[in-house]
Amino acid sequence: MARSTYVYVSYIRTTPEKLWSALTDPEFMKQYWFGMHCESSFTAGSPWKLVAGDGEVYDDGEILEADPPRRLVIRWRHQRRPELNAEGDSRCTMELESNDSAVKLTITHSVEREPSKFIEAVSGGWPKIVSNLKSLLETGAVAFTEAYPANQPR
Amino acid sequence: MTERRDVDLLFKALADPGRRKLLDLLHAHDGRTLNELCEHMEMTRQGVTQHLDVLEAANLVATVRRGREKLHFLNPVPLQEIYERWIAKFEKPRLKALADLKRRLEKDHG
Repeated sequence: MARSTYVYVSYIRTTPEKLWSALTDPEFMKQYWFGMHCESSFTAGSPWKLVAGDGEVYDDGEILEADPPRRLVIRWRHQRRPELNAEGDSRCTMELESNDSAVKLTITHSVEREPSKFIEAVSGGWPKIVSNLKSLLETGAVAFTEAYPANQPR
Repeated sequence: MTERRDVDLLFKALADPGRRKLLDLLHAHDGRTLNELCEHMEMTRQGVTQHLDVLEAANLVATVRRGREKLHFLNPVPLQEIYERWIAKFEKPRLKALADLKRRLEKDHG
C-alpha cells in the first residue's frame, strides 16, 4: 500500500533523559509547541491526545510503544478537520540516539495513503516545533512564537 | 560538533547545483532509493552517492533503512533554522514598517 512519510531529524546538545522529559512533560511542551501539549501517561497502551491552549483536542490516539529514553510510537488521528480525520490513523515514531555530545532526535510521521492531506498539514508545523525544541534545550529560548504566521497559508 | 561547524556544513552543502537538485527531487517525492535518484541525475552513481553523503552530514537528508533498501528523505529542520536565523530576522523590520504605514494611512483616512 502507498504510504506518505515525512522524516525530521535534529541533533540536540542535551541528554536523552532531558530530551525524553521535554517530549513528554506538558508544561515544558507548551513552550515549544505553540501552547499545545500532549496528555498521556506515555506507557504502551495508554491513551494519548494533543490539546490546544483553550482545551480543544486537535488529535488523539494511543501510545503503541514506549521505551524511555529511546523510543516512542504514537497512533495519531486528527480530530478537528473532517477531511484530515477521514484519512484515519497515522503513526508517529520518535527515536532518540546518543551521538557524541548531542542526541539525534528522529521523528517519522506516516500514514498509509498517498498523497495525504494530513501529512501535508503537519509538515508545516513539525520543522518549527523541532527547531523550537532544539533552541529551547540548548539556549533556553524558542525561535518561533507562532506556528502559522498570518502571511502563510495554513 | 560545534554550532559554527553545523552551519558551515549546511551552507557548503547548499552551495552546489547538483545537491540542490537532489533536494528538489526529494521535495517532489520523498523516500527515494539511490537508484531512483540516479535516474534523474546526469552524473555517475558514485557522484550521486558523494553528494548524498554531504547532504546527510549537513543533516539535510535523513536515511531510513527499509529491509535491504536505504530510503532518502529531505529533512527540512535545518532549512527552518536558516529561515529563522538568516531570513526572518531581516524581514521583520520591513514588515513592521509596512504595518506602521498601513496604520498611519488608515488613521488619516478615518
